[in-house]
Amino acid sequence: MPQFKAHSVLPGFNLALGYTLLYLSLIVLIPLSALFFKTATLGWGGFYDLATGDRVLASLRVTFLTSFAAALLNAFFGLMVAWVLVRYRFPGKRIVDALVDLPFALPTAVAGITLAALYAPNGWIGQYFAAHDVKVAYTPLGIVVALTFIGLPFVVRTVQPVLADVEAEVEEAAASLGAGRWDVFRRVIFPAVYPALLTGFALAFARAIGEYGSVIFIAGNMPYISEIAPLLIVAKLEQYDYAGATAIAVLMLLISFALLFAINGLQWWSSRRGAK
Amino acid sequence: MPQVSLTRRISTHESQSVTLLLIAVALSYLVLFLGLPLYAVFYQALSKGWKLYWEALKEPDALSAIKLTLLTAAIAVPANLVFGVAAAWAIAKFEFKGKSALITLIDLPFAVSPVVSGLIYVLLFGAQGWFGPWLQAHDIKLIFAVPGIVLATIFVTFPFIARELIPLMQAQGKEEEEAAISLGASGWQTFWRVTLPNIKWGLLYGVILCNARAMGEFGAVSVVSGHIRGMTNTMPLHVEILYNEYNFVAAFSVASLLALLALVTLVIKSLVEWRAKSNGNPLH
Repeated sequence: MPQFKAHSVLPGFNLALGYTLLYLSLIVLIPLSALFFKTATLGWGGFYDLATGDRVLASLRVTFLTSFAAALLNAFFGLMVAWVLVRYRFPGKRIVDALVDLPFALPTAVAGITLAALYAPNGWIGQYFAAHDVKVAYTPLGIVVALTFIGLPFVVRTVQPVLADVEAEVEEAAASLGAGRWDVFRRVIFPAVYPALLTGFALAFARAIGEYGSVIFIAGNMPYISEIAPLLIVAKLEQYDYAGATAIAVLMLLISFALLFAINGLQWWSSRRGAK
Repeated sequence: MPQVSLTRRISTHESQSVTLLLIAVALSYLVLFLGLPLYAVFYQALSKGWKLYWEALKEPDALSAIKLTLLTAAIAVPANLVFGVAAAWAIAKFEFKGKSALITLIDLPFAVSPVVSGLIYVLLFGAQGWFGPWLQAHDIKLIFAVPGIVLATIFVTFPFIARELIPLMQAQGKEEEEAAISLGASGWQTFWRVTLPNIKWGLLYGVILCNARAMGEFGAVSVVSGHIRGMTNTMPLHVEILYNEYNFVAAFSVASLLALLALVTLVIKSLVEWRAKSNGNPLH
């Protein structure tokens, strides 16, 4: 019979694993399974009707488009920030580096009300957009702003270590063979950081899909226009429509799991390329 | 001289102007999205002077929100700390089947939207939930009450400490513990005197991040709280209520405390990273 556990002289395996499994089941697995059991009571037809209603689909479209735009913005500027932090020296660099993690540490509600105040038509930044008749806060554009803030650290933090590991010799070799600086970036550096960049993009995207706190203050929350899927779940709950809330939640959960799966694949790909 | 012309031709650095341009654009991006919002929180909080700022914080509902937030973190962080150490001990020090599946399951809460994290507890313990009728018959209130807030907070902060400790303890191996045991130390002695000193910086790092999220969580807590002023309002929820009442100075005053917490978190985090690195045990 194949053994479940390899022999070890260290004690405490049963206690540690037992407690881990018990706590994991009580806090995570059983509550999450409640969601699927509740969905099962709806029946396939019921679930399909609830999950494909006009307002649900519109909220999913808003969620996906704004999350994608924010992740794309972060991929571009995040790569640039990582580049600057890894390659250049300038005063205050360590403080800037530490500040990149601010969105991880700042509560989302604080970010939400602050960004709403900044980008409102009379806000510090919003007034310049208002002068050109562009509304940022209370439109989908405002959602992109909030999601960009939330996702900012992901690309920087995934690209930074990979960029630091690109060997100077390879760059020198390419340059000595006559490649210009832009060619070296395009043909040598970018291919090396590409998997990490994609991973960071996917992490920022996944985080943005589920985000709630920072968005609701700046979004305006107009059904069909600037209403995100997590907000629709809350709206349904407030009307005691548990079935409707559950259907959207399951849909979002499945999307998150698919993204998690893709991110794991990307990380595996990225580490394999690093090992070569 | 050939040497000179060679080094001139193979430049592996950008020209000065490109360098300056990249730094300028990157810093502008960070100022626009990080620096300015951070400054704005404190500016708005103090826009009507210190007197109104203090009054907003001294107000009973604000104080009760601060207390509830501290209480929630005081339960959620130790709970996840004990779990994180147990999980890391089992995963890092032993070989068993299904280990990678277990690690994936521990990370699961990170993939769940905060709103969904709250919803699952409503489905379990709410009036119409699985245990709803039983809880009602025994007059126990979990949802729209403090226990629900604590549970939802534990869920969203579940992986923080475990995912910090697992790779750290895996990298450290188990030779030191095996040596201690073979020299006659008991399991607990080995843990307290050998393992714990080795993982203390990683532990602190996880605790700091877990605490920041526990105190700042909004979506999950919002779903289970019921928003009863002075009763089930945490600081982030109190910020929302004040903001929706157009009481901006008070909203930003409470928000400024949370922003301060974020700054303290970043400072301690940087110190721990620096400390771990200078000890030769980088955390990542």
